[in-house]
Amino acid sequence: MQKQILMSREVLLTGAIVLLLAIISTRFPAFIAPSNLANVFNDTAPLILLAIGQMIVILTRCIDLSVAANLALTGMVVSMINVAMPGLPVPIIIFIAVAFGALLGMVNGVLVWKLEIPPIVVTLGTMTIFRGTIFLLSEGKWINAHEFSETFKAFPRTELLGLPLMSWIAIAAVIFFSVVMSRTTLGRAFYAAGGNPHAATYAGIDVGRTQFWAFTISGALAGLTGYLWVSRFAVAFVDLAGGFELSVVAACVIGGVAIMGGIGTVVGAMLGALFLGIISNALPVVNISPFWQLAISGGAIIIAVALNAQANREKGRIILKRAEHAT
Amino acid sequence: MSITRRLFGGTAIAAAILAGSATHAQDNMRIALVVKALGIGFFEAAAEGAEEAAAELGNVEIIYTGPTDTTAEGQIEVINSLIAQGVDAIAISANDPDAVSPALQRAMQRGITVISWDSGVNEEGRMMHLNPSSTPLIGNTILKLAADHMPDGGQVAILSASATATNQNAWIAAAEEVLPNYPGIELVATVYGDDLSDKSYREAQGLMASYPDLKAIIAPTTVGILASCQAVSDAGKIGEINVTGLGLPSEMAGCVESGATESFAIWNPIDLGYSATMIAHALASGAATAGTGAEIPTGRMGSVTLDDTNSAAMSDPFTYDASNIDQFKDIF
Repeated sequence: MQKQILMSREVLLTGAIVLLLAIISTRFPAFIAPSNLANVFNDTAPLILLAIGQMIVILTRCIDLSVAANLALTGMVVSMINVAMPGLPVPIIIFIAVAFGALLGMVNGVLVWKLEIPPIVVTLGTMTIFRGTIFLLSEGKWINAHEFSETFKAFPRTELLGLPLMSWIAIAAVIFFSVVMSRTTLGRAFYAAGGNPHAATYAGIDVGRTQFWAFTISGALAGLTGYLWVSRFAVAFVDLAGGFELSVVAACVIGGVAIMGGIGTVVGAMLGALFLGIISNALPVVNISPFWQLAISGGAIIIAVALNAQANREKGRIILKRAEHAT
Repeated sequence: MSITRRLFGGTAIAAAILAGSATHAQDNMRIALVVKALGIGFFEAAAEGAEEAAAELGNVEIIYTGPTDTTAEGQIEVINSLIAQGVDAIAISANDPDAVSPALQRAMQRGITVISWDSGVNEEGRMMHLNPSSTPLIGNTILKLAADHMPDGGQVAILSASATATNQNAWIAAAEEVLPNYPGIELVATVYGDDLSDKSYREAQGLMASYPDLKAIIAPTTVGILASCQAVSDAGKIGEINVTGLGLPSEMAGCVESGATESFAIWNPIDLGYSATMIAHALASGAATAGTGAEIPTGRMGSVTLDDTNSAAMSDPFTYDASNIDQFKDIF
């Protein structure tokens, strides 16, 4: 029964996305051409990757505000490595990006787990520290297109079966984490730790350790996205992806992830990211004043969340459904 | 070359921080260079120019500072802390012409010399303003850059920073004014990338989708021109769409090399930081006073003359293309 409601929330969001596309197509028909939709998906890929990580963190009743700063710092680190060693193969660069991002995530995780500092405070602090570190590393200088090696820049753009690799990475991450979240002990532990921490503790789950892993996964995905981001836009600087963490949290909330923890799916986070991605890609082509664009994005978020709250309300925690009907 | 410069920049900043906390530095004139945000190549270059001027003048200490993001609130905090430190002069590139004005007025009441450069402050909030160039000249230059490579005319679009950016809006207005001088050139849209890579990239993609016949994208902002260049390259439209506007040679070298950009323009930020420091020093030391028609010497840059709003223009923007980019890309 619960499963059906969960499904229906994603169906609802899919419906909203289709409706959104229909409205956009009345003003700009070329927007829903398959090639353009593929572009939109590719453009949204970084948001999807970060939203998956953020969803896992939010599931455990935490929040990770440092994702965009982690992305920017990892992006700067791999860029500097690329400049120093242009011959380093891309798979190694990606490994470094994921490992370094995970390491930054672990810093958050350890602070939350061992020192029990509220996650919002921890990640607010590390967000600033990461940005500051970029400044110290780069001396405020940009790394620009001509300084990167060609293979470094080409990777996210390489097409496979008609889609760029960046899109495939997002698709792979959605599938991989869908399986992890529903079929592994760790995946279920994320839900348990956030849904009811006390019950989880009695069930033998170390809530703090689970949160630590959530931050590590979020950090690893942010690191991966960091490489994809700098190679796609061919530039690395301090303010890279400034304010992006808020879009990531918004994508999760739109995607039906409960900010109080315990509820959310990978597919939901992906749909939430796509919803935002479509809006931000459509606004430039439908000829709306830039002064209205922010208001429209914000309005869309609130409407989506209001709809989600409605859907959530029906859920409840009725354990004896049959007995209730009998009375 | 770049490593030595990086090292030098590092020591310079470290030295500034150390000197700022030391008390024996009181004899030096302390000039604060307040920028829109730290970590932007253009301002880093301006700071180098300021250090150059300080070395030339002697007994001048440059405090290079600014907020970490481009907000007026951040600058106000910076200004307040500079007032508390009792610096001799503040030279600011403002994020907002009005919002920072009260804080700067307070600084002037305390006897601090205040000038604005690059992005101006309203007349109450500064003694004089140093424009890198004149607004009409820049407006004309960015349009001419596009028109020069469009012998048959066609559609152009502008991709700016934020919709409220002071100088970008002034340049765009100036460009629109001289549009009739370029027959056949049609300005179809002005969009705003907010100086964010991803939003600018998306706006450029949007322009290409909305206007299939687009011949040129003019981006009078360094983030926007790079993002547009990348978007045009990724769309495979190099040769069809010329990305031009204002950018830094070190950042634009790749775009010029790939052919996405035929040419672009910028004034020299090193010269700008140098001139701003020279002017701040002249005003703070009493060697010159700000007033309509006043001529203030600016060292190796000659001198500037103030107009009736106490503003002065430094020099014309300089055009960079494939022929001279290699010479300048290592400089700034």
